[in-house]
Amino acid sequence: MYDAAIVGGGVVGCAIARELSRYVLDIVLIEKEVEVGFGTSKTNSGIIHAGHHAPPDTLKGSLVVQGNALFDKLHEELGFAFRRIGELVVAQGEEELPVLDALLRRGEEEGVSGLEIWDRERLRREEPNLSSHLAAALYAPSAGVINPYEFAFALIENAVANGVELRVDSPVQGIEVHDGFLTVHTPQGSLDSRFVLNCAGVFADRIAALVGLDDFSIHPRKGEEYLLDKRLQGVVRHLIFPVPSPTTKGILIIPTYDGTLMVGPTAADTDDRYDLTTTYEGSDQVFRFVRRICPSIDERATIAEFAGLRAVSNTDDFVIGPTRVRGFVNVAGIQSPGLTASPAIAHRVLEILAAEGLELAAKESFDPHLPAPPRFAQQSMGRRKEMAAADGGFGKIVCRCELVVESEIQLAIKHGARTLDGIKFRTRAGMGRCQGGFCAPRIMEMLSERLGIPLHAVTKRGGNSWIVLPMTRGAAARDDDTEHRPCSGG
Amino acid sequence: MNGRYDVVIVGGGPAGLGAALGALDAGVDKVLILERDNEAGGILRQCIHSGFGLHYFKEELTGPEYAERFVGRVIDRDVDVAPSSYVTGLAADSDGTRLVRVLNENRGLATVECASVILAMGCRERTRGAIRIPGSRPAGVLTAGLAQKFVNMMGYLPGRRVAILGSGDIGLIMARRLILEGCDVVGVFEILPYSNGLTRNVVQCLQDYGIPLHLSTTVTFIHGRDRVERITVAPVDDAMQPVLDKAWDVECDTVLLSIGLIPENELSQSIGINLDLVTGGPVVSSTMETSLPGVFACGNVLHVHDLVDFVTGESLRAGRFAGEWAREIRRPPDTVSLVPGRNVRYCVPHSLSPDREHIIYMRCKERMQPCVLKVGDLLRKKLAFVIPPEMIRLRIKPDLLDEFCGDRLTIDIDPVE
Repeated sequence: MYDAAIVGGGVVGCAIARELSRYVLDIVLIEKEVEVGFGTSKTNSGIIHAGHHAPPDTLKGSLVVQGNALFDKLHEELGFAFRRIGELVVAQGEEELPVLDALLRRGEEEGVSGLEIWDRERLRREEPNLSSHLAAALYAPSAGVINPYEFAFALIENAVANGVELRVDSPVQGIEVHDGFLTVHTPQGSLDSRFVLNCAGVFADRIAALVGLDDFSIHPRKGEEYLLDKRLQGVVRHLIFPVPSPTTKGILIIPTYDGTLMVGPTAADTDDRYDLTTTYEGSDQVFRFVRRICPSIDERATIAEFAGLRAVSNTDDFVIGPTRVRGFVNVAGIQSPGLTASPAIAHRVLEILAAEGLELAAKESFDPHLPAPPRFAQQSMGRRKEMAAADGGFGKIVCRCELVVESEIQLAIKHGARTLDGIKFRTRAGMGRCQGGFCAPRIMEMLSERLGIPLHAVTKRGGNSWIVLPMTRGAAARDDDTEHRPCSGG
Repeated sequence: MNGRYDVVIVGGGPAGLGAALGALDAGVDKVLILERDNEAGGILRQCIHSGFGLHYFKEELTGPEYAERFVGRVIDRDVDVAPSSYVTGLAADSDGTRLVRVLNENRGLATVECASVILAMGCRERTRGAIRIPGSRPAGVLTAGLAQKFVNMMGYLPGRRVAILGSGDIGLIMARRLILEGCDVVGVFEILPYSNGLTRNVVQCLQDYGIPLHLSTTVTFIHGRDRVERITVAPVDDAMQPVLDKAWDVECDTVLLSIGLIPENELSQSIGINLDLVTGGPVVSSTMETSLPGVFACGNVLHVHDLVDFVTGESLRAGRFAGEWAREIRRPPDTVSLVPGRNVRYCVPHSLSPDREHIIYMRCKERMQPCVLKVGDLLRKKLAFVIPPEMIRLRIKPDLLDEFCGDRLTIDIDPVE
C-alpha cells in the first residue's frame, strides 16, 4: 500500500514527488511515457515568469509569484540550469502604454519585485537590436530561463534518491475506488494507494473520468516554437514579450539558457491530444511577428522546430484540490505559468494532503542536494583540462556541435536516460546544428551497450519510435522484424 | 603528436590527406593530421559505391579504396595521424607560431605548436530544421548521410519504405543502395526543376532502378506520432511555393533528407576567419590562404565539391603553399580580385596573382547551353552547357595576367550570341 501515487511525471508531478520525499511516506510516480518530462514539460518555453501577467484573483496568479521565489533555492540544491535574465514587455505604440502601466500596478500589488518602465531611449540602450518603433517597455528583473526537461529530470532524480519509486512506460488504464484506498491499473501491473494525485496534464480529465469525475475538462492549446542557431546569441538579452492578449502572452523571443534564441509559441486550440505538428501558418505567424519586434531575426537561422500542448482547463485556471472521491486529488489544468508555479503547487498539494489526513513526518535521511551534471562545454579551458586528464571519457567528443563528451553520455544513462531524446535533453547531444547527424550512431551504441539491448531496440523516445532495423534481406525477414520491442528500461 | 610541427592539418578526410602530401611535396617533414573520428578517411569510409578516382587515378575506385590509397601514402611518408582528436581552438604566439588546442582521449586537452595550419574539416548535411517541413516529429526522418552510415558502416537499415526529399548526390546513391538492400524507395522529391545531383547519379541510381524523380515537388507535411507513417507532397509554383490543392499522400516509414551540404566552419568562425556568405567557406587567396596568415583551407570546408578528385587537386595545392609557409617562403600578395558576375554564383579562390598557374572553381546560378565563360576581356571559353549541380573548373595559364593592369576581374557566363 502506497501513501500516494502520482499519475504523471511532468514538472508538476515531479515537483510533488520531490516534496513528498521529504517525509516518511511510500510514494510512487506513474508515467505513461518511457521517461519523465516527455509530455507538455519537454515542449514548454522554459520561462520562469515574474508573475505580473496572471490576474491576482486566480490560482495561477497567487501561485506564480510564490513559485518564482522558490527557484533560487531549487537551483542551488538541484543544479539544473537557471538564470534570472529579466523580461521586457514591449509596447509597439503610444496606445499600448496604458497596458504597461496596468501590468506594473498589478505586478506591484502581487509583490513582483523590481518592476520598472523603460522609455524608448533606455530600451534602445539595453536592447539595441529591437525595432526602433517600440515606444517603451516594462522591465521585470526576476524573470528567468531554465530548461524545463532538465528541471523535471533533476526533481525526479532527487525524489528517487530520497526513496520515491518511479514507474515509467505505465499508462494508467483504470482506477478502482475502495474504502480508504484506490487501486491503479497499468499494463505493467496494479498498485494500491491511499491517495492518487492526478497530474496527468492534457489527459487529466480522462484520468478523473476513470473515477467517475467530470467536473472539469481539458482543452489542449497548441504552441509552436522555433529554435534558432547560436550565431544569434546576444541579439537580445532579455525575454521579450509583446503586450498580452486575453488568451495568450503572445509570441516571445526567448534567449535560452544555452545561448540559442527560441521564438514562439503560437496559440491554437486543438481537439487532438497528440497533435504536436508544426504548420506553415504557425511559422509564418511567428516569424512575421518576430521580425516586427526584432528585424534582424531571420527564419533561415532555424535549426529545429517543435510544438507542445498547454493543458488548458474549462475554468481557464488551475484545478487543484480534493474531490468527492476520497483520496483522489486533482492537480490539473496546469497551463502557463504552470512551470513557474510548480514548486508552489507542490507546497499547496502537501497542505491539501495534510488536511485530508496524510501524516507528514519529516525524514531524517532526506538529502535535498543533487550533483549538477558536468556540462563540459560550459567549463573554462583550465577546468576542461583537469576533467579530461582525470577521465579519458572527458577527452572523447561525441557531439561536436554542442561539445558533449562520452562521460556525460554515460552519466546521463546512469541517471535514467533510456532514449536518444532522453540523452539529448539531459546533455544537449544532438540538439545543435547537425541535429544528431554525426552523434546519433555513437549514442545509440552507448545506449545499446549500457542497457544491454540490441541497437535496433534503441528508440528516439520510446513506443514505436524505432530508429533502425536489423539488416536482413528479402520479404521473409521483413515479416520477422515487424515486432519491435521498444526499450523501456535497463 | 609530439614536439613542434611544420604543418598541422585539421581533418583526416580526403582534403586533409591530400593536403598532407602537398605539404611534404613542398619540402617539410613534420606534418600532423588531427582527425576527430577514430580513423582517417573521412566520409569516404562510408561511400562504398564506386566512381571515385576517375579523374585523379584514371580508374574507378570505391570510397574506401580511394581513401586507403591516400592513407597508405601518408603513412609511408611518416605523417603523424592522431585519431579521436578534436580541435577546440587555434591561437598564435607573438612570433607567429600557431597553437592548436586539441582534445584527445589519452592526452586530455593538449596544445600543439606549428608554423602553418590547414583547415580541412569538410561539411555537414542540412537537416529538417533548415528547411522547416511542417508536421510531426517522429523517428525516421534523417539525413541521407546518416542513413548511409547505418547501412554501410553499422549494418542496419533506416526503415523499410523510404521517401527521399532532395536530390543531392548522397540521396541518389542511397536510393540505389536501399533498393539493393531490399527496401522500397517510393520516390525522390526535388523542389527545383532539375536534379541537384550529378547527371550520372540520376541515370545510374534512379533511372536504372525505376525510382521516380518528382521535380518541382516538395514535402509539405510529415505524419506519424512515434514513427513516420506517411508524408504529404505537393508540386511547387514558379515562386517555389507549394500548391497545396494538388498535394497527395505517400505512405512510407522513413524520410531521407538530401537537401544540401554546409561547410563546417564553426572553428574558422571562432578564430575570426572571414567567410564567403555564398560558399559558407573561408575567403582565400590564390595560395588557399585564409584571412588569418599561415592558416589555409581546402576541400569541402572551403566550398562543397561534387567530386573527390577535385578535392584532392585543390588540397595538394593548399598543402604545398602551407608547406612553403612553414619553410618561410612567402608568395607576394595577390594583386587581382576575382568577382562572380553574370550567371556565376561564386568562384574560388577569391583573388589571383600574375605569373602563376591557377585553377578557378565556380558554379553557375542557372542552366545555360551552349554558353561562353569570360574572364574579364582576357579569356573566353566556349562550354557545351553549365548546370548548377556541376562545378566548373577553369585552368588559368601563368601568362594570362601579363598585359592586365586592373585590380579586379569579373567572371561571367553568357549565352552564345
